[in-house]
Amino acid sequence: MRRSGPALALVAAGIAVWEAAIRLLRVPDYLLPAPSAVAADFGSDGRLLLDNSLVTLREMALGLLLAVAAGLGLAVVLHLSGTLRRALYPILIGSQTIPIVVLAPILVILLGFDLAPKLAIVALICFFPIVVNTVDGLASVDEDLVRMMRTLDGSRWAIFKRVELPWALPTAFSGMRVAATYAAIGAVFGEWAGSSAGLGYLMLQATPNLNTPRIFAAIVILTALSLGLFLSIRGLERLLVPWARPAGRGAPVQQP
Amino acid sequence: MSARKGRLAPRSTGAPPWGSPDPSGSAPSGDATGAAVELRGVRQAFGELVALDGVDLQVPPHGRLAVVGPSGGGKSTLLGLVAGLLEPTAGGVLVGGEPGWRQRLRRCALMPQKDLLLPWRSALDNACLALENQGLSRAEARRRARPLFQRFGLGEFERSLPGQLSGGMRQRVAFLRTLLAGKQVLLLDEPFGALDSITRGRMQEWLAEALAAQPSTVMLVTHDVEEALLLGDVVAVLSARPGRVVHRLQVGFDRGGRRREVVASQAFVAARQTILEALE
Repeated sequence: MRRSGPALALVAAGIAVWEAAIRLLRVPDYLLPAPSAVAADFGSDGRLLLDNSLVTLREMALGLLLAVAAGLGLAVVLHLSGTLRRALYPILIGSQTIPIVVLAPILVILLGFDLAPKLAIVALICFFPIVVNTVDGLASVDEDLVRMMRTLDGSRWAIFKRVELPWALPTAFSGMRVAATYAAIGAVFGEWAGSSAGLGYLMLQATPNLNTPRIFAAIVILTALSLGLFLSIRGLERLLVPWARPAGRGAPVQQP
Repeated sequence: MSARKGRLAPRSTGAPPWGSPDPSGSAPSGDATGAAVELRGVRQAFGELVALDGVDLQVPPHGRLAVVGPSGGGKSTLLGLVAGLLEPTAGGVLVGGEPGWRQRLRRCALMPQKDLLLPWRSALDNACLALENQGLSRAEARRRARPLFQRFGLGEFERSLPGQLSGGMRQRVAFLRTLLAGKQVLLLDEPFGALDSITRGRMQEWLAEALAAQPSTVMLVTHDVEEALLLGDVVAVLSARPGRVVHRLQVGFDRGGRRREVVASQAFVAARQTILEALE
């Protein structure tokens, strides 16, 4: 709380200034709604926002999960096979020049209007940072550790399991954290390309009606969902990579 | 076998410190009795750089050889060759009479210069690494490692992560990890090079005691002349690059008693003088 305190204070101050400016300058809600107008939308249509948020959250979370599974899996394969790495890695990097969100309409045509194309688009966007970070993490293992394992009867598999994988976990997690912040983009574009529910869908509905407070409400929720996903990954990281936490919180250093 | 007695370098041929070797154990090296190490005309070049040239060395089974030489003189390369991590550019390296690097890897355990403890494993689990690699379950590996932790003054640090241990404690864990591999040959690469001189002195006493009960062959490289004289039965002096053996010295004096007394004895001082001259 002490660490996030200044940031929260700044956000609160920003909201206050925004509210004051809208009231003083008498800006109409359809151009730029005051925070109070956005809050009012939460009050009047809370249920609707909640239902659609859950739809989008599901797309984000499942898509991210898919990306994590595929990303970690591919990273391990690329790490273990030099041939595959030389064949696939350049293509993988090259594929990132495609602006993936523009694939959304094609995926909708291919996969229909249900969950599938949204998952695909979220997964495609989130996949890349996970693969790249994990491959880099696996490749950056201290060569001395590998030699040490070899002199201790470590097989290739033992070296992977006991040294390379734990070594790469922190970098893999930073890839997943970045990916978590991309998930919302994927889900919204997926919904814009064709859907009947979700926050992206609500935004599309609100635009012709100049229901700007609704659009802002959706953005606020999307931000919160992204943050939630990010913090969940962070929590998982703390749980699975406790040794990477800064020293000094644990037991004091022992003297011989 | 000499009849030396005392704290520093007595060598009993008692049971290995972790009790009787398990005959059904999956350690591929079997029992940990020593194997002879022999280097014949070994040359090791890395491109233009010649690290070792014409090195001849023999360590009999259960022998203790200390190789002392200047920094960057190819000492680590020497151990890498014996351990089976490197193949010599020319010449032969034999462990237990066999020249293949696979056999050498199987028979030797190397304690590297850096402790290389895995930060995500507790001290005990770091020491268990070789046992787990050899196919033991973690529980079984821990059961075997625990008595050693008790014996070598690490009992209360079993659960500590390496980041919570001091340099001296980390080296102890690294040593036990090497010991628990149950190999015929122990290779120690500047085991206490990174420690301050007070801790190093204490650790040398500790190691002498730990090795006393060890039946395995030991080869140690160091730039510390005193360490070589305290821990080796034979001290070989390696020249600056390209490394070659320029002097050999049989340690004949009594090393019983406290380290500071041994170090101050006339025979020790004379031997140190001889080695320092050979190093010039």
